[in-house]
Amino acid sequence: MIKFLLKGLMRDRSRSLFPVLTVFIGVFLAVFIYSFMNGVLADMVRSTAHYQTGHVRIMAQAYAKEANQNPNDLAFIGVAKLLDVLNEKYPEMIWTPRIKFGGLLDIPDEKGETKTQGPVSGMALNLFSSSSVEIRLLKVKEAIMRGRMPKQPGEILIGDEFAKKLQVSPGDTATLISSTMYGSMAMTNFKIAGTVQFGVAAMDRGTIFADISDIQVALDMQDTAGEILGFFPDDIYHEKQAPIMAAAFNKEFKDSDNQFSPQMGTLPDESGLADYLGLIDSMSIIIIMIFVVAMSIVLWNAGLMGSLRRYGEIGVRMAIGEARGHIYKTLILESVSIGIFGSVLGTLAGVAVAYLMQIYGLNFGFLFKNSALMISSVYRAQVTFGSFIIGFAPGIISTVLGTAIAGIGIYKRQTSQLFKELEV
Amino acid sequence: MKYAMITLLLILPALLFSQAPSAQEIIERVDKNTLSDSKIVVSKMIIHGRRGERTVEAKSWQRSIDHSFTEYLAPAREKGTKMLKLGDQLWTYSPATDRIILISGHMLRQSVLGSDLSYEDMMEDPFLQNMYEAKIIGPDTVANRPVWILELKAKKKGIAYDTRKIWVDQERFIILKENLYAKSGTLLKQITLGEMMQVEGRWIPKTALYKDVLKEGTGTEMIVDSITFNENIPDYIFSKASLRK
Repeated sequence: MIKFLLKGLMRDRSRSLFPVLTVFIGVFLAVFIYSFMNGVLADMVRSTAHYQTGHVRIMAQAYAKEANQNPNDLAFIGVAKLLDVLNEKYPEMIWTPRIKFGGLLDIPDEKGETKTQGPVSGMALNLFSSSSVEIRLLKVKEAIMRGRMPKQPGEILIGDEFAKKLQVSPGDTATLISSTMYGSMAMTNFKIAGTVQFGVAAMDRGTIFADISDIQVALDMQDTAGEILGFFPDDIYHEKQAPIMAAAFNKEFKDSDNQFSPQMGTLPDESGLADYLGLIDSMSIIIIMIFVVAMSIVLWNAGLMGSLRRYGEIGVRMAIGEARGHIYKTLILESVSIGIFGSVLGTLAGVAVAYLMQIYGLNFGFLFKNSALMISSVYRAQVTFGSFIIGFAPGIISTVLGTAIAGIGIYKRQTSQLFKELEV
Repeated sequence: MKYAMITLLLILPALLFSQAPSAQEIIERVDKNTLSDSKIVVSKMIIHGRRGERTVEAKSWQRSIDHSFTEYLAPAREKGTKMLKLGDQLWTYSPATDRIILISGHMLRQSVLGSDLSYEDMMEDPFLQNMYEAKIIGPDTVANRPVWILELKAKKKGIAYDTRKIWVDQERFIILKENLYAKSGTLLKQITLGEMMQVEGRWIPKTALYKDVLKEGTGTEMIVDSITFNENIPDYIFSKASLRK
């Protein structure tokens, strides 16, 4: 019977073309928007993990309370020992210390006096080791626009946009003016090894990157770091594993009587993304529901028009004794076929466009010119297994729902009136 | 006689009040007591942080209200760091970098060497009468001394503290306590003066406690080790060249 129905659909295009097109457009949009949101969300999580919180983050309790101000006077002392413990207890994780700092970057003129200067935020990480996980995670080498990677003490990288603003180039000297962890004024000369562009407006606009050993000396933070970040080796946040690890760590090391004892937090809690991630999950369901309802209304209307056009056909079928339930069932089966066909086409098109956007991305940098958010200005979609199945829900449900509502009319027709109606 | 006594009792407060100087006169006396043509001060700053305390020693040369040169003497990390205030510009020199750097913009709001004082505090015009309109709130007692409480409102825009409340010693015309407020009315800093000393006929504070109330810790103690007024300070001291010397 299905073969018979399919033949009917193929031969009578007016019965199939409009519903298929409707399903196609709806499914295409649903798949594309789903993949786009997936991409933006994944990028946001990845950027947040790489630049800010890791998958888990360890800080001194006092530091954690004011972490957004990078209070290095409250940083954790005894990093080497803690790293040994972490590597022994959680060998599957990648642990890396970081120092975030703020200050002023001052560029000298030929007399050694201020030529230009600007407020700077800095990130100190392991840059010198060729096997540094930080270089790989942050794609530092790929981000270099001019110059080269720092190779020796006293060399830094500077945001390309920031370098242009300060009128400096690789090879120039820049003085960092900041505070040591004990509050003294820290002034240190650095040589600019290269300029970088990460595609994160907040960083490209006013950030420098230095090796952690240099900043530990400059800010009097020997064996000290603001934070120790932990990454899962596959660079994916594991939402079940991370909280268990954090709870176990805190049970053993967090001392509520010592504000400088370490505490571990997970990415969603540390970044404040927990609520946001929940909202995004709900948004996916809401988007699908909107498409189901909107497409159902359109297809219900299409079904009604189809029923009107097929008024005679259905009347004849009823007149020759076909049961109403059977007619209704064939209409539903037809709609399922249309739903599947339209969904397959829509999914393929949606996935194809989303994949292109995954590869090339769209630069929304102009929107983030003044943003302080650590998110990429290039938006990319992300095609996942979900992208291939997400469209089938609205595609099939809406066609079936539309037809099911429109088809109710079959049950309202009176057999006794059929011949009279067919005379018309 | 009875009526005369009652009348006297009624008009006595008015008579006393009429003898009290006006708010403007009080701050003029305060300014006169504090300021001099020049002075050389050797001082200590004990900074009480959350991780312990540090003592910074410095020697300052000041001339008029807009020329000041400070050299830090201790601790070792700070030794040789110099600061020069010329008008509305503040320059700093660090021997480690051999750089003369202009401190400007948001950096001025930063803490000086981790203390409860900001560079902005150093840059302020010390003449209260130039910057504020004063009004007497009433009498009070601080450290067993009678004081007037004055409220000072900024005359012009761009002043670090929009409002100040000062407790002025009625006899010595010296500020014994000071609260500094933002435009929103938020209390930003508290200054409490401790021991007083008389130098060349002036009463000046030997110790003072600065507390940035937005910061944790118990504040920064300032101790004046020695002070001399109206010294003849050579011009070269107040030049950028002296920063490198």
